Amino acid sequence: MGSLGEATRTALALIAGADPTLAGIVALSLEVSLSAVACATVLGLPLGAAVAVGRFPGRHAIVVLLNALMGLPPVVVGLAIYLLLSRAGPLGELGLLFTPGAMVLAQTVLILPIIAALSRQTVEDAWREYEEQLRSLGATGFSGSMTVLWDSRFSVVTIVLAGLGRAVAEVGAVIIVGGNIDGVTRVMTTAIALETSKGDLPLALGLGIVLISIVIALNAAAYLVKEAAQRRYG
Amino acid sequence: MILPLELVRVAYRDIIKPLSIRIDAGPTTIILGANGAGKSVLMRLMHGLLTPTGGQVFWQERDARRARRLQAMVFQRPVMLRRSALSNLLYALDLAGMPAVERESTARRALEEVGLQHLADRPARALSGGEQQRLALARAWALHPEVLFLDEPTASLDPTATREIEAVIRAFDAAGTKILMATHNLAQARRIGDEVIYLHQGRVMERTPADQFFSKPVSAEAAAFIKGELPWA
Repeated sequence: MGSLGEATRTALALIAGADPTLAGIVALSLEVSLSAVACATVLGLPLGAAVAVGRFPGRHAIVVLLNALMGLPPVVVGLAIYLLLSRAGPLGELGLLFTPGAMVLAQTVLILPIIAALSRQTVEDAWREYEEQLRSLGATGFSGSMTVLWDSRFSVVTIVLAGLGRAVAEVGAVIIVGGNIDGVTRVMTTAIALETSKGDLPLALGLGIVLISIVIALNAAAYLVKEAAQRRYG
Repeated sequence: MILPLELVRVAYRDIIKPLSIRIDAGPTTIILGANGAGKSVLMRLMHGLLTPTGGQVFWQERDARRARRLQAMVFQRPVMLRRSALSNLLYALDLAGMPAVERESTARRALEEVGLQHLADRPARALSGGEQQRLALARAWALHPEVLFLDEPTASLDPTATREIEAVIRAFDAAGTKILMATHNLAQARRIGDEVIYLHQGRVMERTPADQFFSKPVSAEAAAFIKGELPWA
């Protein structure tokens, strides 16, 4: 317990002093995960809305697939992207392996199904309520789905933050495609894994505290946004 | 003019048995019947929200987009978007293809028509049930429809709200809009209707001017319904 207390004190000192190593790792983590969430949101929301409202052959299969892919193991995604980006792989020419770009790509693949599947569910539920009214007003499937997506915007915030929480907390994919290179591709989760195995507990713990604080802050923000919006708009 | 509307041997699953009917401009038409008689389904077939499983629906206006643009429907439970009352109207006018510069003044006039101008900036979903239904009527009013479908518009409202809704419906009629209203409320049918189409188990049992319908209905089913008996008893 003594060493834990000491490690905690040192960790808090690192955070309070904005230790440059720690700050750099946190900044890269957020940069990678926020970029991945932005990509996955831009792709995932319209995809979810289209599957929710559209009626086309294979729709049920896509719904099942999206739901199943929510539980995609990060290491498997990491491996797949690694094979894709490795020198001999189909996208090897891009030279992305072991760069933050590769990490963004891997996390995008990881959370795209989460955002698409959850928004599909949200939009589909809302569509059941809105469909007749919107069709009566002359909305087509596409414009109707965009209207419903916008009307579900407060739930969508929660969905996007769920994706961000997943991205920022995963280690398996980024460690494989990023390589955990000091100052280049080292993010919070990979640093924690490394520092723990090296025995540098204060840095690992400091990063752990920051990571958990970020995840809690995200969820608190999501909750407050939704509550406030529901009071305002019903 | 998009009217007359003609249904030729239109059927829908086993809910609507093949029926042919013609709806002309002018008198307010009430579609009356017990719960489950097929009133709502019949209106949705007319409005185009449901596709008939048999027969065909013809509007005088053969361009389907134009025909749709000149119809509006108000449902039993109004569906409002999570935005202000005014924005809900602007959204409908946008979909209807009205030029942007005309939308706000048109929407505000429609809100005035139903007496909701003071609530224009309120979130639509925060309004009371009666206010939301008036807002739904304002949304229809702004579109200047030639035909207005009303599906039990006051079924979940109190008497005061019901009176306000009926006043707006009369204003539509006075403005020359053809009203088609489904209801199982005899008193309301009598207050608003000029003619009654009586529906029983998916069949049109009779179509009679309102004053005659309530004093001497032609069909035994309608007579039983009016007497307050269950039509299938």
